[in-house]
Parts: sequence; structure tokens; C-alpha cells
Amino acid sequence: MGELFASYDIIGAFLMTIRLTVFSAIGALLIGTFVAVLRLSPVPLLQWIGAAYVNVVRNTPLTLICVATMLVLKSNLGIAIADPKSPTSIVDTAFRWGVIALSVYHAAFVCEALRSGVNTVPVGQAEAARSVGLTFGQNLRYVILPQAFRGAITPLGNVLIALTKNTTVVAVIGVAEIAYLMATMIENSPDLIFAIFLTVALGFVILTLPLGLLTTWLGQRLVVRR
Amino acid sequence: MSAPVQLFDVPGPRGRMQQRILAAVLAAITLGLGFVAVHRLAEKGNFAPAKWTPFLQQVVWREYLIPGLQHTLTAAALAIVLAGALGLVLGLGRLSQIAPIRWVCSVVVEFFRAVPVLVMMIFSFWLYALYNVFPPSQLALAGTVTGLTFYNGAVIAELIRAGVFSLPKGQAEAGLSIGLTESQTLRSIQLPQALTAMLPALVSQLVVILKDSALGYQITFAELLRQGEVLGSAYANIVPALMVVALIFILLNFGLSSAAQALERRLSRRGHVAGGAMTANPMDIEPGVGGAPGAPA
Repeated sequence: MGELFASYDIIGAFLMTIRLTVFSAIGALLIGTFVAVLRLSPVPLLQWIGAAYVNVVRNTPLTLICVATMLVLKSNLGIAIADPKSPTSIVDTAFRWGVIALSVYHAAFVCEALRSGVNTVPVGQAEAARSVGLTFGQNLRYVILPQAFRGAITPLGNVLIALTKNTTVVAVIGVAEIAYLMATMIENSPDLIFAIFLTVALGFVILTLPLGLLTTWLGQRLVVRR
Repeated sequence: MSAPVQLFDVPGPRGRMQQRILAAVLAAITLGLGFVAVHRLAEKGNFAPAKWTPFLQQVVWREYLIPGLQHTLTAAALAIVLAGALGLVLGLGRLSQIAPIRWVCSVVVEFFRAVPVLVMMIFSFWLYALYNVFPPSQLALAGTVTGLTFYNGAVIAELIRAGVFSLPKGQAEAGLSIGLTESQTLRSIQLPQALTAMLPALVSQLVVILKDSALGYQITFAELLRQGEVLGSAYANIVPALMVVALIFILLNFGLSSAAQALERRLSRRGHVAGGAMTANPMDIEPGVGGAPGAPA
């Protein structure tokens, strides 16, 4: 064990996993909320756009999205998202495309989690808001979404846990996170394969277990009591 | 889709007009974005006929796409069968009357739910390679299937447990009162109903397995995505190749998700489950890589 930690930057790789998780979670929450608003809106066309986004993204493998960012958006279309002159250009490019791919993918699941949260809000709430003359936007902003977010904490937590584990997939575009390092470590020291696997697995248990406990606790604490 | 909660009044003439304007503006923006994307792709020659004619050749399908699809489906089918068996064992183990079995199964389930599928795949791939468990040509398939089996087995175990807990207490009590043992009650009364109740969620899990088989890409498994990429470099049409691959994946998974939803509607209409047990929302169980497809659209 000690040998592994001495020769490889395991902590650094896990920190990269955490950075990916944090940035992608923010991105996914923003896009996902927007898509959820589209799906709940009164305009059929917008509902259709929202539904199309969710159905297409949810049914595409994350690996394919990651590969496509690199091969299509970066190589084929030549879209640059990091300053090519900066010394960390290659690392930054991979990291940013990774965050974009993860955000776009998990936004579909955030959207569905939020919609299940909206389902926990009783019809009477929306009806009361409408009857006092709130518009659709006001209704969402002041009445529905605050309650929906609280009702959606558990499914959102599940999405966050899945996101944490899915950050491993961006190893495919060369982001130096833990799955990437794990493959390198096993290749270089195959005799330590069990120690390597247990270290990585335990790392994920340590990352996801508190997340699960926290969201369960928060979900119970913040649930709107009726 | 009808909004689950009616968030807005039926619009009057002015509201309808505003909505039409809004819809037109957004349609224009969407179309504009789509146009820019298509234009930029076209600029790089991705829509040139030469890039697409390979898909009219039999050899492209015979050598690249069909074998890729076969590998994807083989891995998914093997993983579904194995994960189903593992899930049943672990799920029943977690419901066992014998405490040590319960503890062991709980630890195993929680462990494999926490470990990312890809990490499990990389580990098993190298493990099989180092100890010569499988012939080299089968290594990638074995690694992919192992990764999928352990994660999804753990999720299916949780689904089964949730299904049993969702049943009304009277079911188990009735079983015990006619003299069945605890395990007989579990096997012949609770389990069949739990499986029926969780059927839509189980089918949704199949979508996750099928989709996650693409992770095998990273351990050199020649599944659909990798075959598409090989095709793309052979014919210098990587963008069209990825588009075709994406379309195949989306159609396959969309078909399976629709089947899950149809099943759910059918079950809820028939009232097949005693006491109207819940059909669990797959979102309640932690989603896999990308998670179980959520509630119906």
C-alpha cells in the first residue's frame, strides 16, 4: 500500500475526480433545471424540445458522448476551449471537454429528478398560486421550484453519486483521474493488482458513502411536511 | 405530455398569442443553432457524399457495424443473465433469516454499488489477463461482462429487496399463518409478487446494461462504438460513423425504455400486484452509469 502511494499520485488523481464531480455537478444542475423548466412550460414546442433532449441524451452511452467531444467537436470542428499557448493547454482541454460531456449527460437525469420533485408538490399549491394571480414564471419561482428542489433531494443525491462514479468514464479522453491512473498502475505493477483495486474501490466507497448518507439525511430534514 | 401538476391556466386569446410568439422565437433560435451546427459540420466536408456512401456498401455493415452490434448485444445478454442470477442470490441473501448471510450480502451489495463499473472492468480485465483465466481473444468480453454483472447484480438485488418491502404486510402474515416457513413464504409468496412489481424497473435496468456495455470500449472490447471508430478511420468518415453508431444506440435503448413503460402501464392497468404495491421508481434506486431511465415521459 505504502509503496503505491509513494510511487503514484493517488491522492492527486482522486482530487481530479472530485474536481470533475464538482464542476460537472454545477453544470448538470444548471442545464438540468433549464430543461426541466422547458418540460414543465405551457408551450408544447418547448415541452417537446425538453423531452427530445432527455430522450436522446439518456439513451446515448456516456462513453460515446466523451469520445464525440474529442473526435467531433475538438478534432473535426476544431473548437478550442483552452488557450493553445498556455503550458497546461492539453490538460485543460481534456478536463474541460470532460466536464462538458459529464454535464450534458447528467443534465437529463437532473431534469427527471426535478420533475419527480415537482410531482411531490400537491396540485393545490399550484392551483392556489394561480388563483392569487401568479404567472407561470412566478408560480415556478416562488411556489413550485422551492418545494420541488426539497422534494427532489434524494433523487438528485442519487444522480450526484452516479456522477461521482461516472467521472471515471472521462479517462477515455485522457483526463488524469483515478481510473486512468489505475490502468497505468496495473500495467506497471501487475503484482499489486489487488492492492490497487482495493485502494481505488475504497476511495469510491469513501467518496460516495457520505454523499448517500448526507442526501438521505438532508432529504428527510428538508422534506416539506404535509 | 400533460404536466403532472397543472402549473398554468388554460391560456386565453392573448396568452395563446404570446405563447405562439415565444414558441416562434424559440423555434427560430433552435433552428438557428441547428443550422450553425450543420453548417460547421458541412464546412469540414462531413456531409460530402463520399463520407456517406460507405454506408451503402455491404462490406461496411458486414465487417464493422454488424459484428460490433453483435458484440454489444452478446455482452449485454450475458451480463443480463448473470446479473439477474447474482441479483436474485444477493437480494434473497439480504432478506435471509440468518444474520451472518444478511450481513455478508449487505456488504457485498453496498461495495459493488459504490465501485464504478469501469474500475471493475479494468480490474477484471487485467486479472483475467494476468492469471490466464480466459483466452486472449475473450479477455475484453469477459472483463466487460464481469464489470456489468457485479454492478448490476447489486442494483437488481436492491430492486428485489425494495419490491419485497413494497408488498403489504398481510401477504407474509398470510403465508406464515397457513404454516409456511419464513423462507417458503419469501420464495413462493413474496418473491413472485415482488418481481412483478419491479418488472418495469428491471427492464429499465436492461437499458442501463446495454448502454454501459459501451464502457468496454476502454478495455479494447470491439463493441459497436469501437467498431464505429475503426470504421471511421478506415474510411476517413469519423463524424458520419459516430452519428450512425449513436443513432443505433439511441434506437435500441429507446425501444427498450418504451417497452419498460408499456409494461408499467399494462401492469398498473391489470392491478396485477396484491394491495396495489408500488411500481418502484427506478430513480429511487441509484442510477447506473447514467442511471436507470427515469419516470415515463
